[in-house]
Amino acid sequence: MIIKSKAFYTTAYVFVIFLILICVIPFWLLIAGSVTSEAELLVHGYALIPKEVSFSAFEFLWQMKDGILQAYLMSIVISVTGVSASLVLTTLFAYPLSRKDLPGRNAISLFLFITMLFNGGLVPTYFVYTRLFHIKDTLAGMIVPSLLMNAFLVIMMRTYITSSIPDEILEAARVDGAGEFRCLLAIVLPLSKPILGTVALMTFIAYWNNWTNGIYYIQQKTELHGIQNYLKRIMDSATMLQQQLASSINMDTRSIPTIGMRMALAVIAVIPVLAVYPFFQKSFVQGITIGSVKG
Amino acid sequence: MKNRSATKNRIGRKLKRYWPLYVMLLPGAVYLIINNYLPMFGLMIAFKKVNYEVGIFRSDWVGLSNFKFIFATNDAFVMFRNTFLYNLAFIILGNSFALIVAIALDTVRKRFLKNTAQVIILLPYLLSMVIVTYVVFAFLSPGNGFVNNSLLAPLGMDPVEWYNDPRPWPVILTIVYLWMNFGYTSILYYSTLIGIDKSLYEAAVMDGAGVLKQITYVTLPCMKNTMIIMIILAVGRICYTDFGLFYQVPMHSGMLYSTTQTIDTFVYRALLEQNSIGRSAAAGFLQSVLGFILVMAANALVSRFDKESALI
Repeated sequence: MIIKSKAFYTTAYVFVIFLILICVIPFWLLIAGSVTSEAELLVHGYALIPKEVSFSAFEFLWQMKDGILQAYLMSIVISVTGVSASLVLTTLFAYPLSRKDLPGRNAISLFLFITMLFNGGLVPTYFVYTRLFHIKDTLAGMIVPSLLMNAFLVIMMRTYITSSIPDEILEAARVDGAGEFRCLLAIVLPLSKPILGTVALMTFIAYWNNWTNGIYYIQQKTELHGIQNYLKRIMDSATMLQQQLASSINMDTRSIPTIGMRMALAVIAVIPVLAVYPFFQKSFVQGITIGSVKG
Repeated sequence: MKNRSATKNRIGRKLKRYWPLYVMLLPGAVYLIINNYLPMFGLMIAFKKVNYEVGIFRSDWVGLSNFKFIFATNDAFVMFRNTFLYNLAFIILGNSFALIVAIALDTVRKRFLKNTAQVIILLPYLLSMVIVTYVVFAFLSPGNGFVNNSLLAPLGMDPVEWYNDPRPWPVILTIVYLWMNFGYTSILYYSTLIGIDKSLYEAAVMDGAGVLKQITYVTLPCMKNTMIIMIILAVGRICYTDFGLFYQVPMHSGMLYSTTQTIDTFVYRALLEQNSIGRSAAAGFLQSVLGFILVMAANALVSRFDKESALI
């Protein structure tokens, strides 16, 4: 736009600053709450400016580090396994679909599209996985259901391969005697690095943030839960924090700063996301804009 | 005879050439069958009375009794009303707010502010619903929350038991939804916005157009297609809600069902908390079938506007 009106420009300027603030302030409230002394929290609640700074919430969290580390470790195992498997499945499905000469290509595309248009929902899915495949309370329950292959990402990747890798290169490789697997590994994969990065990032976020598989499929063996389910359990039960601590240290549970500790836990869970995000921001935005255009 | 062997030969040659590609498709196809196709057939559970002793397949057919069960109470009305109304609010407010944000981002010329804003407004979208629950709790916790202590108390107002009062939740959940998602939609609109031909604006200014005229005569018409497509596709998903937003953010408080129960939370609660498979399956069946009809209708509409953007 060509803006000559000073008032409009100033309004837009102020509005954008306001947007930044509404995105940052809630994070700030978490951090401030986690470093405020318990006595202060009891009187004034979570406030933006802590009147009395104290790190005791984090000190107490250190006492229960075993549980937190275990959950973190599980999140890493689940996400890394999930993302790797997902990349393999997605690439192997997208490459043949990108080949215009493949007999039956339309039927296979339709087979993929139908899964985006119609789905059985939670009840049948739950029974297929628990009654037919018995993945209840196994690690597979955290990894396999619904997250392993996403039709949108397959289509995104197919479109990328079709539009950015010329047929001539693949044809030349075949004339030289390269098989399909060889073409995929030696030509398509190296040329698809940007899209592989985007697919990996989108899948990683989906796995890292997932907690629904944890409540649908893991009910007994809670040690299989990742960090999100761990946080959920603590949020759900006011006494779980105290129990966790009471089991590791010998002290009066009433003096434990549970109000501040909740925020401290949230901060610990958010920090890795905030730390890693700036490096992947470009890929992420690319994922949003490409994904939407479908292709 | 000769003809047949020629066809056979051709198929044989094709198979020989393409079999590695079919092998590649296999793992993904198996996953889609397990994860997507088997559950589609499993929808028949809605017409059965599940008996674990004989297995789901051999359980008795009970016709529509599961459906009568959910419609006999207020449950069905409440969950369908909430699902549709929330989605309607999210579509209208979410898209108009995102459009305003995109225009504002385009207007700001300070590079640093523009870039910072683009990074930061996506932050809430990266959070899991569990973390969002902690954030909302920091604001609404009845004893220690920011709203009761730092906003209402200084104004001399009584603290509100947020997790026991269903009335404010339509507003709360809409705000939480907008907070989490406006960045995503805005960035999407912004990427269309910066693609608009600058000469159109120049021509408009030559004709004496101010800011508002430029928005109504250049920006909006250029954005029309993207917006219509986004809205129609969202209408196609109107039977579905974010389970976490309606289940976890209100901390599954029973007092709030009247304004927080949607089809997704009902299906989950009936299945895993009340062990009432029939009701759960019936609600899920309606959601799947209605959802399918709406998605197909939405797609037919989208392809009338813009063939490229339709799913099929």
